[in-house]
Formats: sequence, structure tokens, C-alpha cells
Amino acid sequence: MLSRQDKEIIKVLQEEFPLCEEPYKILAERVGITEEEFLRRVKELLDEKKIRKMGAVLRHREIGFKANALCAWKVSPDKLDETASVMSSNAAVSHCYDRTPLPNWNYNLYTMVHAETRDECDRIIGALADATGITDYKILYTKREWKKTAMKYFRE
Amino acid sequence: MMRLSSFDKALLNELQGNIPICSHPFAELAARLGTDEETVLAGVRALKAAGFLRRIGAFFDSNRLGYQGTLIALKVEPSAVKNVAEAINRYPGTTHNYEREGVYNLWFTLLTPCAEYESNILSEIRSLDGVEDMLRLKANKRYKVNVQFKLQ
Repeated sequence: MLSRQDKEIIKVLQEEFPLCEEPYKILAERVGITEEEFLRRVKELLDEKKIRKMGAVLRHREIGFKANALCAWKVSPDKLDETASVMSSNAAVSHCYDRTPLPNWNYNLYTMVHAETRDECDRIIGALADATGITDYKILYTKREWKKTAMKYFRE
Repeated sequence: MMRLSSFDKALLNELQGNIPICSHPFAELAARLGTDEETVLAGVRALKAAGFLRRIGAFFDSNRLGYQGTLIALKVEPSAVKNVAEAINRYPGTTHNYEREGVYNLWFTLLTPCAEYESNILSEIRSLDGVEDMLRLKANKRYKVNVQFKLQ
């Protein structure tokens, strides 16, 4: 369970990370606790996997990954784990989720694939299809980004 | 746009992986890269100013914080896409919203603390002008969430 203090810690961590010598000290001051207490709790939140990572996310288009596709795959339910494991081990795949299919949209595995060019992206997706034996899939290329942001938790 | 030096690339690779949780995290990154704290901080600030870094900080596991995530696909009349996309963006739980090729042309993710809240938002979105169909794709198992781009 998250305490009230945990939620305060999470709130300051989801703001801009201070780019200075002692960033955690500044964040701790905002919560009103010592740097030591703050660091200890952040490490615990990481151990508990409530924090996935402390790090940076790049603007992938700016660094050259201009072809980005969501792929929806139709996978036999008994092969989901095996198929997902093959897809997840590919470095070009950033996300791999199993989702409940719908009667008019019968795809149950979803991956995001990133590459520098569309040809390269097509080639990677073709290789994933070959490696997993999946023949029914949809490639949904990104045309325009309308929003991409980190969630602000505990604001409701 | 600035060109990335080999130091910039090494720094971006380190930053994506793990910012140390300690009193002087940038000094520790500097030690890994064989340089000093000041050089690393100046490098990070420059990369941020040049627009390469979307965000630095903590990334959370939404499920473990008590939130549920759903991927929603909409079939939107082409002339209405802009209005619908902007309306969707106004919900704070919308974290990703992309126009895609295909019959379902607008795809977004919605994070909410409860199913009822999600349903209310989705019925508002379904009734927007130009929205012709909606797919609600609930996430079950998350096999991989790792947005890292290794720079050579």
C-alpha cells in the first residue's frame, strides 16, 4: 500500500528532474523530508517495482527512429507466452502486451516496433512473423503524434 | 539540429538505462563514463535543450500504483480527426494518442484509477462528432515495457 508520504514522493518524482549536483536533495525538500529518507524510499519503490526505472526517455524521432508501427497479431492463446517471448527479445520492440480480442477485431498481441526507415521496420516485422509463424497481423504505422506524455498520478 | 558526438551517445545510453539513486547521481554517471560531474551535467542540459530528451525522471508501473490501462482504437471521419484528437488529449489519463494508417485511424491509451471512471470517459468520447466506431482493448499480461534506444 502507498502511504500519503509515498504519494507525495511520487508526485515530486513525476515533475522535471532537477539537473543539478544534488537533485534528490531538492526533491526531498519539496516533500519535507531528509535526502536520506527520500533516497531510501525511492530505492524501496524501485525494489517493489512501483518505479520501473529512474532514467530518461528520448524523443525517438529526433534521434533517427522515424518509422514506428503498432502491430496487432492474432496468436493462438496457447502460444501467447512463447510468441511474446520471441517478440520481446527483439531490441526493436519496445512494448509487447496481450490484450483481450473483440469479435470484430480478433487480434490479441500488440507490439510497438521502431526503426530508422519504413523498409527496415517492415523487414523487422516480417522477421518477427517468420520467427513466430504468425500469418494474420496488421501493421499500423504512426502518421502523427497527437500526444505522448508521462502520466501524472494522484491528481484525480 | 546538433549532431550527436560519441560522448553524447554514450551519455544517452547511460541516461536511458539507469540514473543512480544516490546523493550525487551525475557524479556516479560521470565515473562510469570516465569524466567529471560538471561535464555530464553540461551534456545532459545541452541534450535536453536540443530536444533529444523527452523526459528525465521516474517511470512508474501504473498497475502497481493502482491504475488500469486500456488501448482504444477509434474509427474517425477524416475531417474530424483533429477535433477528436484534441478532445481526447484533454483527459489527463490520456498518455499516448496517435493517428495511424488503417480503418481505425486514431489510437490512444487511457490510464484511470477505476473502471467506472474509464467507462464514463469512453462514453463521452464515443459520442463526439465524427467518431464512427470504438475498440476497447483491455491489457492483460504486459510482456515488455522498455523504451530504450541503443545508440551506436
